[in-house]
Amino acid sequence: MLRIANGQGFWGDWLEAPVRLIEQGPIDYLTLDYLAEVTMSILQKQRQADPNLGYARDFPPLIGRIARQMLERNIRVIANAGGVNPIACAEAVRKAAPGIKVAIVLGDDVLPRIDEFLAKGYEMRNLDTCAPLASIRDRILSANAYTGAFPLAEALATGAHVILAGRAADPALTLAPMIREFGWRETDWNKLAAGTVAGHIIECGTQATGGNCQVDWQSIPDLANIGYPIVEAESDGTFVVTKHPGTGGRVHSDIIKQQLLYELGDPKNFIAPDCTADFTTIHLDDIGPDRVRVSGIHGRERPANLKLSISYANGWKSIGTLIFSWPQAIEKAKVADQIVRTRLKALGLEFDEVHTEFFGANACHGSLATTVDPPEVQLRIGVRSFNRKAVDRFTRELIPLVLSGPPGATGYGDGRPPVREIVSYWPALVPRGEIQSSIEVLG
Amino acid sequence: MMIPLSKIAHTRSGDKGDTSNIGVIVYDQKDYPLLVKELTSERVKAFFGDMVKGKVERFELPNLGALNFVLHEALGGGGTVSLRIDPQGKTLGAALLKMQIKANDHMGYNI
Repeated sequence: MLRIANGQGFWGDWLEAPVRLIEQGPIDYLTLDYLAEVTMSILQKQRQADPNLGYARDFPPLIGRIARQMLERNIRVIANAGGVNPIACAEAVRKAAPGIKVAIVLGDDVLPRIDEFLAKGYEMRNLDTCAPLASIRDRILSANAYTGAFPLAEALATGAHVILAGRAADPALTLAPMIREFGWRETDWNKLAAGTVAGHIIECGTQATGGNCQVDWQSIPDLANIGYPIVEAESDGTFVVTKHPGTGGRVHSDIIKQQLLYELGDPKNFIAPDCTADFTTIHLDDIGPDRVRVSGIHGRERPANLKLSISYANGWKSIGTLIFSWPQAIEKAKVADQIVRTRLKALGLEFDEVHTEFFGANACHGSLATTVDPPEVQLRIGVRSFNRKAVDRFTRELIPLVLSGPPGATGYGDGRPPVREIVSYWPALVPRGEIQSSIEVLG
Repeated sequence: MMIPLSKIAHTRSGDKGDTSNIGVIVYDQKDYPLLVKELTSERVKAFFGDMVKGKVERFELPNLGALNFVLHEALGGGGTVSLRIDPQGKTLGAALLKMQIKANDHMGYNI
């Protein structure tokens, strides 16, 4: 039996979680998932500002904190912390923890190959909008392939303590040690699907152990000390989801169901780099307190294409806010919104979108929200445009309303809102044969 | 008898670009047929109205007592483009819990 834990569901997750996973009980492998769709865009912006950045900066100091225990107890870390700059990340890890050997999985970065791909006739159409990549060719900032678990398993074979990847697919981090330790082959579709499902369950950290959970949420114990998820994997592809004893949170089939459905498309065709998993075959059993057994998973052949995560410059945006108090807070905010819109129009500024929400009344649920006369409401106006000057001018249009708009405006203490460049996500496909992974070892 | 969806099911929602998905899961497997009958993709699309510009797809997971709804063009552009306070649709699942569905009178739900 193999214990594989996940201690980070995204970049920005709880810093103490990986340390606690190591200190509070036995684990064999610690996976850390730092990347979401928007994260690659953010990292790309950071690399543009400084060529030594572009990776999850929380990662090297974390390895510095846990290096001694990793070496003493032979716990190995698998992470996609490399982002768009895995080599710089690996060098930072070596600085923070000189005794740690790092294996880097390379080959996911296809930015230098975009024109070659286009010349070969790969249109790389946006999977959501079907637009061809050529329509944004001159605005592309980064392009990475979602790579699978086999290159990670190969990296484990080097004996490195830390396996570092760029855009490795999230579930591949969990599947890789199973492939390595159980000797699973590239055509063991059911087992690869099982490992992929295990990865999907734990890749968002505590969403598998009672975090962000509607089911009886007031009764979920001790969220302050919530335990992060651990998979106890068997060589036949069955596994148990659990957490360390004595930690907060809860592991229950209702919660695992919620996480299985998270960010899911067609459940019969969950497409991962290494297989296609059928989520309608998953069987869950509550076999004890905080223990859910997962079995029965069927898989099919891996896809002929690999998915790309491409980021590109997509204009500018800014969001400004102003608070109006009772009485008639919503009505006042609506009048203020109209004043701003009238003034923007009079200035002749062009925006692709002007979007208004009334925070405290309808911001989350839009027209579905039931409105009363709340004690206060925050007017929240966002604009988006390729014309930076227009967005910049917008940022000066809210504060004047403190004196010239409806009565009772406040909440302007932070001054003008910042203008942000939009770096957007473009998902697309290329034939998998185009992506060749390689491994580099430091230390 | 009309009951809110929250009486029989819980949800979790998330994003892929400008697409949001909502997993709807029954608390008790006996309510799954009711969920399948009442929560059609057309009704969910109508429920969200102008918040969801594109089509709504529905997938069945009887093994988990769950339906998965995929809502296209539902996040104001999604990710970094969206000007919404909830660009990843984290709260859309909770919004759906308000939807009224028709339950059989003998099922004994307390409203």
